[in-house]
Amino acid sequence: MVTTSNLSYAYRNEEALDFPDISLSAGNHVLVLGPSGVGKTTLLYLMAGLLPPLGGKVSIAGTELNSLSRKQMDSFRGEHIGIIFQQYQFITSLSVSENLRLRQSFPRNANDAQRRNELMKRLGLWEHLQKKVSTLSQGQQQRLSIALGLIHKPKIIFADEPTSNLDDSNCEKVLELLKEEANICGSSLLIITHDQRLLPHFQNQILL
Amino acid sequence: MSLAYLAYKNMVSKPLNLLMSLLLLSLSVSLVTFVLQLSQQLGGQLSKNIAPFDMVVGAKGSPLQLVLSSVLHVDNPTGNIKLKDVVPLQKHPFVQHAIPVSYGDNYKGFRILGTGKEYITLYNAQIAKGILNKVSFEVVAGSRVANQLGLRVGDSFISSHGLAASGTDVHDEHPFLITGILKPTGSVVDQLLITNLESIWEAHDHSDEDPNEQSHKKNTAESGESVGEELHVEKEITSLLVKFKSPLGMIQLPRAINQNTNMQAALPGFEVQRLMSLLGSGVQTINGIAVAILLVSALSIFISLLKTIRERKQELALLRVYGLRTGQLFGLALFEGLFLAFIGFVLGWLLGRFAIWAVSQYTQVSYGYGLQVNGPEIMEFFILGLILLLATIATILASRSIFKLNVAKTLSDA
Repeated sequence: MVTTSNLSYAYRNEEALDFPDISLSAGNHVLVLGPSGVGKTTLLYLMAGLLPPLGGKVSIAGTELNSLSRKQMDSFRGEHIGIIFQQYQFITSLSVSENLRLRQSFPRNANDAQRRNELMKRLGLWEHLQKKVSTLSQGQQQRLSIALGLIHKPKIIFADEPTSNLDDSNCEKVLELLKEEANICGSSLLIITHDQRLLPHFQNQILL
Repeated sequence: MSLAYLAYKNMVSKPLNLLMSLLLLSLSVSLVTFVLQLSQQLGGQLSKNIAPFDMVVGAKGSPLQLVLSSVLHVDNPTGNIKLKDVVPLQKHPFVQHAIPVSYGDNYKGFRILGTGKEYITLYNAQIAKGILNKVSFEVVAGSRVANQLGLRVGDSFISSHGLAASGTDVHDEHPFLITGILKPTGSVVDQLLITNLESIWEAHDHSDEDPNEQSHKKNTAESGESVGEELHVEKEITSLLVKFKSPLGMIQLPRAINQNTNMQAALPGFEVQRLMSLLGSGVQTINGIAVAILLVSALSIFISLLKTIRERKQELALLRVYGLRTGQLFGLALFEGLFLAFIGFVLGWLLGRFAIWAVSQYTQVSYGYGLQVNGPEIMEFFILGLILLLATIATILASRSIFKLNVAKTLSDA
């Protein structure tokens, strides 16, 4: 589903970062573990087509990202890629339900209310659908953030440090939730983290 | 979810950001549309009212005042002239019709005009109820007078001296009888009470019905009312309204009258044009101010959008992750700018019309002239177009950072 080869990237006036090759088959999960500052988030942006690599290739579901035009890349990302951010990102002027609907709307103008309701019920946010995002608690915001990463049933879900701010019991809960929802969507899951607690939960591991 | 909806949500989520732009924009729109309507309607009404007459002959004084008082019925007359002085004019070969008018009395603020039957015909006024006045102290009422005072055919009233409603000096020995009510004409006729010339003369002539006539005369002779007494000695009118048969009349007669008689001739077309050009410079000044405010409001839309885009950089980057293209983000900003411009225009337009209505309430009472609250006009669509154009330019200028947005960096900075 996701393969990278010889990926590298260089920020201005800094040494180039070289990344190990990653290969993840459809529906599988992988953990990318590394200490702070080795370019974990950079790797995520490279794989999501948000940064052009200095060298190497990324291909997702058989499509090589380099071959896509800017517009095609935007559509491809909107349709096939889900990202769960370390810092939750929402459109603050919209309600919970509208945020989810917005995520479904591009690039295809989908509006799957059933999918929204089922997902929100499973994540315990169903009764908060009409609320403003800013009125949600920290935990609710995290669950909404997860929902926004996979509401559109992407082929691949990238999660950036999903557990770093959580205590042990919440860490396990969130991890289970992620795996479960990824399985329900049939999506591959790639978690990038420095959180050692996740190691025992993944057979596929890549160390940076 | 459409971009328009998202733009709308974004806009209303921070109303204070937009208040200033909206306020400025609607202020400038209301100024422009108000002044436009005012000058248009004023010009229209004036030219309609002066249309039947080419020249007014009256007592010496300001020609504008003569036109205002005798044709438009808003000012006081310059004085009276002797009927016998204008008789040669009435028979002049260049003259199509010359209608004497005389007034000096009012009923509850509406002028009672003594004139010939042709006056009503010239304004194309038609009887709605009753019949035209035939003998003295019979009156036909203009539609607005009848409406406002609730007058009906068969009613009678007592006039008061002077042109202001407050007159306590009433001519109670000569009640007027209403024989007819006119259909609305949209001209000055609507606000007049029209009778024949003799009524005006007789109302001011106390000799036939006053039993104490002799003593009355003696008393008033010393107290300075002798002018009124002279009225019936020699018949006077306020002015003569003239329509020429030939354009030669326009060239020759006014000059001849002004040079050779103790009367003056004023040309309503010329005076109204003069008046409008005086107003015109005022109109231009206000339009200049409105354009300045419009430019400031465009600037304020620009700043407001620039601020919004900076504040929402994070969310714009998120939208890129969601699959929106750069062009769609620009579309989002454009929607917001155009929404703002459109709402500002509509608010301003409504405000302008409200001002017309408010001014109309005042002028109705003070001058008897009302203004109409009209629907949108073509010129105003041009203004809307101009505003949308300005908003588009402002959006394009404010959106430069959208095209340079570094998604990865912006998201990392969160």
